[in-house]
Amino acid sequence: MIRVGSGQGFWGDDLDAPVRQVEGGKLDYLMMDYLAEVTMSIMQKQRVRDPSAGYARDFVPLMERILPRCVEDGVRVVTNAGGVNPTGCGEAVVEAARRAGVDGRARVGVVTGDDLMDRLDELLDAGHELRNMETDESLSAVRDRVQSANVYIGADPIVEALGRGANVVLTGRSTDTALTYAPMIHEFGWGREEVDRIAAGVIAGHINECGAQASGGNALIDWWTIPGMETVGFPVVEAQPDGTFVVTKHPGTGGRVTLGTVKEQLLYEMGDPSEYITPDVIADFTTIRLEEDGEDRIRVAGVTGRPRTEFLKVSIAYSDGWKAVGSLVYAWPDAAHKAREADRILRARLERLGLHFDAIRTELVGWSSTHGELVGEPPPDHPEVELRIGVRGKDREAVERFSREIAPLVLTGPPSVTGFAGGRPRVQEIMAFWPALIRREAVEPHLKTEILEV
Amino acid sequence: MRTVQLVDLAHARSGDKGDTANIGVIAYDPQDYPLLQEVLTVERVSEHFGSMVKGRVERFELPNLHALNFLLHGALDGGGTVSLMTDAQGKVFSTALLRMEIEVSESVAERVVGRGRVPADFGSALETG
Repeated sequence: MIRVGSGQGFWGDDLDAPVRQVEGGKLDYLMMDYLAEVTMSIMQKQRVRDPSAGYARDFVPLMERILPRCVEDGVRVVTNAGGVNPTGCGEAVVEAARRAGVDGRARVGVVTGDDLMDRLDELLDAGHELRNMETDESLSAVRDRVQSANVYIGADPIVEALGRGANVVLTGRSTDTALTYAPMIHEFGWGREEVDRIAAGVIAGHINECGAQASGGNALIDWWTIPGMETVGFPVVEAQPDGTFVVTKHPGTGGRVTLGTVKEQLLYEMGDPSEYITPDVIADFTTIRLEEDGEDRIRVAGVTGRPRTEFLKVSIAYSDGWKAVGSLVYAWPDAAHKAREADRILRARLERLGLHFDAIRTELVGWSSTHGELVGEPPPDHPEVELRIGVRGKDREAVERFSREIAPLVLTGPPSVTGFAGGRPRVQEIMAFWPALIRREAVEPHLKTEILEV
Repeated sequence: MRTVQLVDLAHARSGDKGDTANIGVIAYDPQDYPLLQEVLTVERVSEHFGSMVKGRVERFELPNLHALNFLLHGALDGGGTVSLMTDAQGKVFSTALLRMEIEVSESVAERVVGRGRVPADFGSALETG
């Protein structure tokens, strides 16, 4: 049996969680997921400004803090913190490891080759059209605006790094779930044909990849009764060679692992549950059997899978215009009426200025920004609403001009208005996503695993 | 018959994929799963959301988890960083579905009403620690 614990569910998650995982109980592997689609394009922008950047910077001090204990206890770290610059991240981690005093006792594995940015034209020329999976358009339509292009890669390079003795494995756009199931493939020697076992590993990965979201965090079921969230225990998967596993958390930590919390996480970001496609297998979530196995322990069995496809998914980010969102707060009496009138005035002014946008959106925060038309208009005695107005368009100047039209409403619109201390809304570049498929053979020969000695 | 809300019968979580929001709906009590299967049709869910969902609604069954998964296409104003919505990633779309009103028998209503809500004495429980 091996224990694979989750340490981060996204870039910006609880920085003490990985420390609790390493110090609070037994663990063999610590997986940490840092990447979402939008993260890749943020990191790419950082790298353009500074060639040594482009990865999760806070991962480096974290390693300095926990690596001595990890090396001591034999806990190996597997993470996609490398972002768009795994090599730069690897070098920084080696430095941190030396500062932490583990020189001569640790290896850092660095996986590269998922980044297609420098190969895009070559790939297009070779006939890989990278058509948008949703619209079927060819990538050439937005080629000159592409900011980042990364392939979701599978377990193989991570397994190789573990086989070569890496204490820390750093990847770029590794599939989130692979950070959990690659250690299982490494430890149990599962072959590619053992699809049911790998599929079980994928499901363990789906449970681990969002951190505490499987162990009481963001749980709707009985949330008011969940204890100790200030020191919530992140999930730990106890995996068996036969593909069954138990989801639990360290003793003495807060949070809760129940059928309810695990089911909620299993359904998070779910598409067709019978066809959860990863680079290594297609997992069938309709075959999962859950049962209680003591306090804060859920046993998972019965998972089946089907062989992997010949394609890998590419996540491409491209610049697609500009947006800005501003807000003002209106107070009782008749708060919503005041907000609606301010919205009307603002829209009329934008019209008079000849500004046109692809979209203008108005929401009443504190009333209907999340449930929209399902809740109608607030009653006249509703104490306050925040008027939130956003625009987007291709013309940056128009969006800039919009951002200067919110403040004047304070003295030139309806009364009882406040909450503009934050200043003018920030104009943001929109990064749109272009999901595409690419044949494996165009990517796999380019994947490299390098071992850095500390 | 009595009217209850879906929040009495099920808990839920949602997420996003591009411009599509997903909602996983899970029966609190496995015995209510057949009721969810019967009531939460694609048509009923589409009608519930009205113009909040521009595209089609898909439904998948997970009887093993006593759950249904819905995909709401075109629900997120373009999704990701394109969207101007507060809930651009559909994080709380699930709660909007839980508002749905459902007709159930007296005995079911008796059993489920209040299941998904903070109890009335919650505040006082907090104060007394």
